[in-house]
Parts: sequence; C-alpha cells; structure tokens
Amino acid sequence: MAEDYVLQMKNIDKEYYGNKVLKGVSLSVRKGEIHGLIGENGAGKSTLMNILFGMPVIHSTGGFSGEIYLNGDKVDLKSPYEAMKMGIGMVHQEFMLIPDFTITENIKLNRETTQDNLISKVFRSDRLKTLNTGSMAADAKKALNRVGLTIDEWVTVAGLPVGHMQFIEIAREIDKTGLRLLVFDEPTAVLTESEADNLLSAMKRLAESGISILFITHRLSEVIQIADNITVLRDGELVADRKSAETNVAELAELMVGRKVDLKGKEKQSREYQESEVILDIKNLQVDMPGEKVTGVDLKIYKGEIFGIGGLAGQGKVGIANGLMGLYPSKGEVIFKGEKLELNNTKSSLERGLAFVSEDRRGVGLLLDSSIELNIVFTTMQTKGKFLKRFGFFSQLDDAGIREYAAKIIQDLDIRCTHSQQLTRQLSGGNQQKVCVARALALDPETILVSEPTRGIDVGAKKLVLDLLIKLNKELGMTIIMTSSELVELRSICNRIAIIFKGKVAGILKASNSDQEFGLMMAGEYQKIEEDGEGRLNE
Amino acid sequence: MAEPNQTKTTQISLSTKIKRLAFDNSVPILFIIICLLGVYFSQLPAVFIVNQLLTRITRNSFLVLALVIPVIAGLGLNFGIVIGAMAGQFAILIVTHYKVAGFNGFMLSLLLSTPIAILFGILTAMLLNRTKGQEMITSMIAGFFANGVYQFILLFLVGTLIPMKNPDMILSRGIGIRNTIDLATKTGIKYALDDVLKYPFFEVLVVAAIVGIIALSINYFLKKKKGSGEVDNFKFVTLFILMALVMGTSIWVLNSNTLLKTVKLPIVTVLFITVIWVFNELIMKTKLGQDFRTIGHDMEIAKISGINVDKTRTIAMIISTVLAAWGQIIFLQNIGTLSTYGAHVQIATFSIASILLGGASVTKATSGQAIIGLILFHTLFIVSPKAGNNLFGDAQIGEFFRAFISYGVIGVALGLHAWNKRVQAMRKHLDTDAP
Amino acid sequence: MNETINNIVKRIGLPRLIIGLLFLATCLTAVMIDLPFGLIVSDILRRFGMFGVLSLAMVPAIQCGTGPNFALPIGIICGILGTLIAIEFNLTSPLLGYGFISAIIISLPFAVLSGWLYGLLLNKIKGSEMLVATYTGFSIVSFMQIAWVTLPFKHPEMRWPIGIGLRVTVSLASTFGEVLNKLWGFSIGKVYFPTGLILFFLACCAVVWVYSRTKAGIEMSAAGANPKFAAASGINVDKNRIIGTILSTFLGAVGVIVYSLSFGFLQLYLAPLYMAFPAVAAVLIGGASTSKIKISHVIIGTFLFQGLLTVAMPVANELVPEGNLSEMLRVIVQNGIILYALTRIGGES
Repeated sequence: MAEDYVLQMKNIDKEYYGNKVLKGVSLSVRKGEIHGLIGENGAGKSTLMNILFGMPVIHSTGGFSGEIYLNGDKVDLKSPYEAMKMGIGMVHQEFMLIPDFTITENIKLNRETTQDNLISKVFRSDRLKTLNTGSMAADAKKALNRVGLTIDEWVTVAGLPVGHMQFIEIAREIDKTGLRLLVFDEPTAVLTESEADNLLSAMKRLAESGISILFITHRLSEVIQIADNITVLRDGELVADRKSAETNVAELAELMVGRKVDLKGKEKQSREYQESEVILDIKNLQVDMPGEKVTGVDLKIYKGEIFGIGGLAGQGKVGIANGLMGLYPSKGEVIFKGEKLELNNTKSSLERGLAFVSEDRRGVGLLLDSSIELNIVFTTMQTKGKFLKRFGFFSQLDDAGIREYAAKIIQDLDIRCTHSQQLTRQLSGGNQQKVCVARALALDPETILVSEPTRGIDVGAKKLVLDLLIKLNKELGMTIIMTSSELVELRSICNRIAIIFKGKVAGILKASNSDQEFGLMMAGEYQKIEEDGEGRLNE
Repeated sequence: MAEPNQTKTTQISLSTKIKRLAFDNSVPILFIIICLLGVYFSQLPAVFIVNQLLTRITRNSFLVLALVIPVIAGLGLNFGIVIGAMAGQFAILIVTHYKVAGFNGFMLSLLLSTPIAILFGILTAMLLNRTKGQEMITSMIAGFFANGVYQFILLFLVGTLIPMKNPDMILSRGIGIRNTIDLATKTGIKYALDDVLKYPFFEVLVVAAIVGIIALSINYFLKKKKGSGEVDNFKFVTLFILMALVMGTSIWVLNSNTLLKTVKLPIVTVLFITVIWVFNELIMKTKLGQDFRTIGHDMEIAKISGINVDKTRTIAMIISTVLAAWGQIIFLQNIGTLSTYGAHVQIATFSIASILLGGASVTKATSGQAIIGLILFHTLFIVSPKAGNNLFGDAQIGEFFRAFISYGVIGVALGLHAWNKRVQAMRKHLDTDAP
Repeated sequence: MNETINNIVKRIGLPRLIIGLLFLATCLTAVMIDLPFGLIVSDILRRFGMFGVLSLAMVPAIQCGTGPNFALPIGIICGILGTLIAIEFNLTSPLLGYGFISAIIISLPFAVLSGWLYGLLLNKIKGSEMLVATYTGFSIVSFMQIAWVTLPFKHPEMRWPIGIGLRVTVSLASTFGEVLNKLWGFSIGKVYFPTGLILFFLACCAVVWVYSRTKAGIEMSAAGANPKFAAASGINVDKNRIIGTILSTFLGAVGVIVYSLSFGFLQLYLAPLYMAFPAVAAVLIGGASTSKIKISHVIIGTFLFQGLLTVAMPVANELVPEGNLSEMLRVIVQNGIILYALTRIGGES
C-alpha cells in the first residue's frame, strides 16, 4: 500500500569525499503520522534531511544514490524551493524569520499574494504586481489560528518570545498550499518546558489534521510521548524502526549509542595513577560560549589520567576546555596544581602549564598561511619567550633553533610534510591536527586539553592521533583531558568519562559501563529513570 | 532619571512620541539648527536663498532619489551613481552633436541614456554580486575606475576609433571632446525642461497646501469611517498643522512686498520629480519591492525562500543607475553647460551626504529623507561661504566647512553603520545561545 | 602546456604579470620612438624612492589585520604638520638633515596619538575597515583645510604674502628639498642615481622587515592573520591592531616627508585626499592581497606601478600630444587593481 505513505526514502547512500555518511538508509512516513528520527550528532540525520530538501551541498558533492517517493511518485528534488513546492516544509532550529518584518510578511515570505495593476498588465510581469495586503493578512490570521497562536498579524517579529517565533515558523509552513510533510529539526531545544509542551500539542493537532510530521530530536521522552513510529540512525546506518508503543527510553538510548567497543587490553594502555592527587579541581564553572554554554560544572581530575568529556552537541562539553583557557567569559573557581587559576586570562592559563588543542582546527588551531615550524613554536615563543635571539632591546626569530626543534617534533609525531617551512594549509587534516598537538607539546605542558582531536580526519589518522595521546600519557605522564563527540573514542582511551547535559555534568562513567547508561545519560534521561526506580537499567 | 509614579498606559503619551520623533530625527534636527545659524550669520537676502534653493533642489533631487532603492535592497549607499551620470552625459553629447535642441533634445537624451545606463547598471551589479558585504567601497572604486575609462573614451577614442567631426565639440587637434560643451538654448537642451512651464512658487505652494489639506482630511475620515482602530491622530494633526503653516506663510509672502513673491518654480521639472518619488513609493508596494526589502534585511533567508538574490540586486542597481542618468540630464539642462570631465565627479558625494543629512542611514532611506536632506545640504551650501566670511573674515573657511560636512557626515554615517553591524552580529551570537 | 602557463601565471600573480608586461611594452615603445632613456631611468629611480615609504605604510596595516590603510591621509597630515613645525622653528640645521630629521621626529607624537585614536575607531568597526578608512581620510583632509587657514604659522615661506592662511604648496628649496636625492648621488651616463633616497627607502624596508621578525612583530602578524588563533595563544588582538595602525600612520608621515623632499614642495589642502590610493594599488600590484603582504610586494609593486606611470607619460605625450593619457592610465590601473583585490576577498575564504 504505497499510497499510504506520504514519504518514502529507499536505500539512500551518500558519500562526502570518499567518506560514507549514509549507508542504505530507508525511511517511510505515513499520512497524518508523527515519525520520530533520532540519532547522535553525526549519525546522518542532517545529511538525510539535506537530501530530502535537495540542498545544494548534496549536489555539489556528487549527489546521492537511492530513491525518494512522495505520495507514491518518484521525485528528484534539486533545490529547497522545489521541495517546498512539492509540499515539504521545515521548521528550522535557527529561525528563518526577518525580525523587522511583520508576522504577515514573514508568513507570506516570497509567497505574497498579489493583484494586477496597470503597469504589471502592460509589462506582463508578476513581480510588478501590487501586494494584496488584505488577503495576505487574512491568510496569516488563518494560519496563526490553525497553530493556536493568538497574536495580531501586523506585529513585527522582533522582540517576540522564542516560543512565538517557532509558532510563526510553523504557521508559515502550514500556510503553504499542499503542505504534506513538515520536518521539525530539534524544535524543543530552544524552548522552555511549558513552551515545549505547547509545541508538542500543536504538533499533535497538526498531525490530526492530516499533515505528516517528521520529528528530529535528542529528547527521547518527547519522542516516545508523541511519535507513532521511531527510526534510529547510528553512524549513517539504520539501526532500528520501532513503534513507540513497543519501545521505551532505555531501549532507544541503547540503540542510539550502542556499538561494539573493544575494551581488551585497555587497562594496559592507560597509565597508573593515584586517585588521590587532584591536579585540576573545577568548581561551579560557568562559561558563556555561544551554542555550548556551560552552566555549572564540578569536576575533579587526577594527575596522570586520561579524562574524557562527552555529550551531545550544544550541551556544553566543548565550553569547558574553552572556558579553562579563557577564550570565552567564564565564572567559577578552578584550582590547578594546588593554586587558583585566574579565569578569563589565556596568557596565565598557558603560563601555568595548561595547553590546548582546539576543536576548531582550521579556525582557531592554525595559522593556515604560515609555515609548520612557526605554527609549532608560536605559542611557546609568545608565552615563554623561547625560540628568540635577544639583542638588547629587541629580539629576532631564532631560525636555526626553530628549525631544529621543528625537525625533531615532526619526526616524533610523524607529521607528513615536504619540509618544515611548508604552509599548514597544504597539509591533510590528520597532519594539521598533529601540528596543533605539536604546538601544545612545545609548551612542555603538564596537562593538555584536547578537543575533538579526530574531527574531520580519516580513519587511519584517527588511530594515529589517539595512539599519540596514549603515548604522551604513558611515556611523559601527561594528564590529558579529551573532549569528543565520538563516544567510541572516549571509551577506547579514557579512564573516566564525564557526560555533559544542559551545561552540567550528568554523571561520570567508566568505559566499561553499558551502552544504555551512556545513551540515557547523553539524552538527559538517566536521572529520571533512576528516580522512577524501575530498575530498567539492569535488564 | 527617577520617575517613580509613572502610570503605565498602553497608549504612548504625546510627549514620549515627540521625544521619540526628535530622537529618530536627531541628525536632520541638528542640521536644521546649523542651517538656521548659517542663514542668520550669512545675512543673505531671503529671496536669494529661496531662489538658489529652488534651483538647486529641482536640479538635484532626481540624483538623490536614485539612492533610495539600493539602500532598501541592502546594497548600501550607491556610490556608483557617478556611473549612471556618465551614461547621461554620453547621451547629452550625442544629442548635442546631432543638434537636437530643446524639449525634443531633452526627451531624446533621456531615451538614449536609458539603454546605456541599463548596461552600466548590469556591469556594476555583476561586480557588486561578487563582492557581497563590501558593496559600498566597491561601488566607490568602480566609480573612480569608470571615470578613467570615461576619460579614455571621450579624450582618445572620439576622433580616432569613433569618427566625429564637430568643431564646436571636438578639441582643436581633432581628437577628444572639449572640456566644456555649451548646451545653450538654441542648439542644446539648456532649460529644456525648466522653461516648459513656470509659475510663481508661493502661489503653487498655496494651491499645493490646499490640495494637501483636502486630501489628508478625506483620507482621515475614510479611515475613521472604516472603523479600524489604528488611526494615527498625532500624525494627522502634525501634518495638518504643517500644511496650514505652509499655506499661511505663502499667503503672507504673496501679500507682502518682498521680492520673494517673484520666485518662480519650474512646474514640469517638479512634476518629473514627483513622478519618480511616487515611483519609489509605488514600487515598494509591489512584489518586486517586497523582494528588495527581503534581500535588504537578510540575503540568506531570501535565498532559502526562493528569491533570486543576484537578479533582484541587479534590478535594483539598474533602476538606480537609470535614475542617476536621467537625474544628471535634468541637472545639466539646468546648468546649461556640460563640464565634460568634471560634472559627474562629485555627485555621489554630494547626493549621499544630502540623503544622510535627511536622516537616512546605510540600511534605511525614504524619498522624504532624500528631499529634506537635499534642502538642508544645499542651504548649507548656499550660506556657508558668506557665513564663514562674516564670522571669520574669510569665505574660504565657510567653503572648507561645507566640504568637511559632506565628507564628515558620510564618514560618521558609515562608521556608525559599521559599528552597529558589529554590535548586532554580537547580539545575534548571544541570542542563538541554547538555554 | 596549458597547465604550465597556468602555473606560471599563478606563480607570478595575474596583476604583477599584466602590469609587468605593460611596463615592458611601454619601455620598448619608449626606446623605439627614441625618447631620452637616461632621463626616463633617472625619473623611474626618483619616483620609486619617492613613493616607496608611502607604500611601505601598507605593511603594518595589512599585517595587523585592518586591511590596506585607506586612511593614510591621517599619517600624511601628521608628516605635513611635522614639516611645518620644523620649518616654523627653523630646526633646519645640516645636523638635522636640513629639517628632514626634525620633521620626522616632530611628526612622531602626532602620528602615535592619531594612530592610536584611529586604531580605537577601527576596533569598533571590524569588518568594514576599508570603507570607513576612506571616508575618515577624506574627512580629516577636508577638516585640515580649515586648520591650514587658521593655524598660527608665521614663517614667510609658508604664508601667503597677502591674504590669510598657508600656501597651497610650500617650497622646500631652502630647507631639505632633495637632500636625500643628492646624498651620495652619482651619474652613470645620463642616468642619475639618487643614492640617499633609495638607501633611505631600503633602510625603512629593512627596519620593517626586522620588526616583523621580532616577538612583537610576529604577535602582530598572527593577530592579523587569525585573530582567534592569536587569542588562543594569549594575545590581545585589539592592542595589536592599534599598534599596527600607529606604525602605519607613522610610516605614512615619514612617507609624505620623503615624498615632499624628493618633490621639492610640501603640498597642503586637498593634495593628500587621494594619496592613499596609489600606495594601496602599488602593493596590490606587487602581489599583496587585502590580508597578506610581504616587503617584496612593496618593492616590486612600487617599482612596477611608478615605473609604468613614469615611462607612460613621455610615451603618451609623444603618441597623443594633448590630454593626459598617462593620468588616465594611472586612474584605470590604480582603481582596476583595487577592484580586482576586492573581488578576491570573498573568493579566498
């Protein structure tokens, strides 16, 4: 009964530069159904949506393979505009609203109703037709009523509460004639709890009126609450299709996270350390990093361990290291090596012996148009005055010293390059990452903060980078704090892993804890279930 | 700022409304004061100032109005109107060469300049579409660049590659256009538009004020009858008083014995300007106008909702360039001589300074602001040398002061805009914070 | 074959290639139509040294991340003020380089102060530096016109004999006009080599180069090349942008003093209005972009651009005697190269 389905995506494959991000994924949504789509960051949800909307990024990277059917007809969507015409709409995570426009203007954006005037008749041009403000306002009013928002349509959007803006987005989508499928991308992420409840009930109403809804989220309880069916993606693969009546939060969490982790020999890899000597004691750290806000983190990190920080994107895990390095405004108390660390002062953090490998390798980590050697010695030169020759008042680069040091570390870390004066822009991702690590090492640090060390580099290089971290820990006794979105990696090298949720530590796990525990904790459901006392964890 | 017992009313009180009006229009208000001081210190006779002002406003307003649409479409202040002006001058040269004089010549130059200006507009837009975010500096440098090409064509290609023999226009060596071309009445387009119809200015004002008051009242009562609750009483009363004042002053002038009542207004030129003003207003009520606004506010959203951003920007540049070309022709028919290599050079600076004095900014401009700014800028222009002389004993200082104002006001406006853009970007950054 | 050509073009850079070829072509024409080549070469050398320091002022500005310094007139005004004060107080003994050295020293505090203020402004308007810079420059020049009329300078060589205010051009013949040109200058055949002038320019280049290799210099370049990277290494980006702006302003001041020295006159009023443009164009021709620059770009660019203009003038006059073809060429080349650089900004990121 193919006609029952509003949307069918069959066997979708997609490669980015030889990297398979979707492997034979299928997804079917019935008429009037709310369909949940869940998965970790990087599981392939957004790529799947980009394909559905015919985003240019898909076509410019070689297209995809597989088939898409809308109402049983095979379609080939080439642009978001075409997708819109076919009746697919999206409520974006970041609102696509123009603040200075009225609600009406936003709802009718590029779909304004017009009427002929003398000039447009003469030139036969649609664009010269006069706007029909009356009918636009009426349409807007109708759409607002349908989503249950009582607000005047001539109000400008700027200054409205976030919840209202979301409803305006929905109103815009349902005002489109022939809307069949509406995609919600993490719609509740920016809402307060009551706003979120409002939204969920509005979604239910929409579904009852016959519009199908694809609900992308991390919030497992929400998806169980309102979805009819749930699809779980992991690493670009379809791992499960479940009816929500037949599953529960714990199972979804396990499906979302679970993958085989080779724990053998792990104990041998990490260094012996004492659980008594605290090197870094973080108390109520708050970091105002846009998109990765930390709202109050307490952590104790022991000397000599490899400590992992995990969690979903946007929950604040990345903010911790950035806050410690003084790159974003921070508050709280941090004791490093028994002394208070001055916050919001990058220079002092560096001087105290913290080194940092940024998650944004090309943006923050490198001077792309400078040589490898300058990249490696730069921070050390600036904070410690090394690699310089002094001539009384002024100093000059110590070319020979720099070259010698660079040659050594290039060999140690096995950075593949033609020579040490090559520009870092020309290196591969993995080698760029090694340059970043080399720069941190040049500081001769006791503790090194490494964020997303394997992001965007190929599989072989990933292993090399991780091995390097283990080596630093074992041979030099360095304390390593690694932040990563890749749970597998964290579990393969870290002694303990803190999971961050909503800017706070949701809990600290060992690599040997179960997939389910990790999954629940990341989705913020761990606490709730423990409180429920249903003991599902031990099933 | 302690106002403890302020009762909160939903209706905004009159005083806050006036305060807000004053704040929103602080730039024009400041310059109204400077202008009034200038007028006072210059001790120039009123008839001279009014006469000069009328001439300058009628000949310059078209150029300033050409700036409005690019601002709305997010292209910023179009320094490239000099390129449009060049198109106008090309047309005038052709028309003068073929000795089509008077009103016919004028209309023919409008006609001829249009395709040239469209082409120039497209070329400029191509450049600006490649330099998004740097439109203003690009249009400015493009103006300088075009000026070099313009000189090259007129000084070296005319008479060599472009065959032309006309001793009145070509330099004695047979190559290149003369520095000044006479557009005298019999052979050229001098006053071709201005002289079609002229009426005493203050009589026209009285009639205009009466028509305005009637139209305003009808509009007001129609709105009231409709019963929509949002009739803006404040706006109505202000406009009403303003028009009554204009009428009163005009009647007083007409009954007085000053020379002022002899001042005449070129009716057709004013009609031309009104038509463009109305055009600017009407186009904003069309789909195209709405698209201009959308891309002006957010190019990304516009693109995602299916608006062809580059094409819309190109249309905006074409309109602006064509209006600038026509504007330059109107300007020159009033001046009466074409300074071949100099007439267009400063028009971008002067027009942009004008619209900014009227209270426009890099992202917001209206035709009303264009005209108000024009009045202020040219009042300053007329009075400052004399005022400088009376105050400092040197007319130069007044002249330098007005040059400083033209550059300074643009500099300040651009600086404020850039600063604002940065603050907004930072704020946007913070707004997208997850809770 | 095509690829090797592409490679060569890429290596040399399109602007350098085009202007270089144009330069060669005009030189060949000059030889063919039998122009006095010795004089032309002397002139090229003189103009190279004359404009060099002004172009060099672009280096700290671009390195610290504020882009080409279109507000160079600020520095130029400081240089003019320095010179005027040096002449006014007769600080023109041979020991002070007939006023050359004193002018530079006096302009220093002005340059530091105005560069600092202007740097503060630039930090408020990040992202729109070029446009704001242009109009800041224009505004300052037009404001200073009032100052030139009203400032209480008394020296007879600068004031109009009748009327008020300073002259439009102040002759430097009795002070430091051409002192550098003549210093160790020598002739080979008909070519006069202005040794002092060229040496001074090269020395300035060397100083800037050495500075760029100090800790502070590297810090500044990093702040400009990647502000986030610099911040992550504990560097105060805004402070470095201000330092770069001050250095550029001061070099602008020195630049105009050298320019006036070689020209023989100090030009006031509107003369500095467009002076930033040839300097910007020169370094862009030399291979710089709005975000990257090397000393070699300054030297090559100034030589090519000024060389081209010097040779073009007599050639153009010979070919088409009336009108100013070389001036047109300057306008087209200068603004064309800036436009080209502008279209590259988006393309790089």
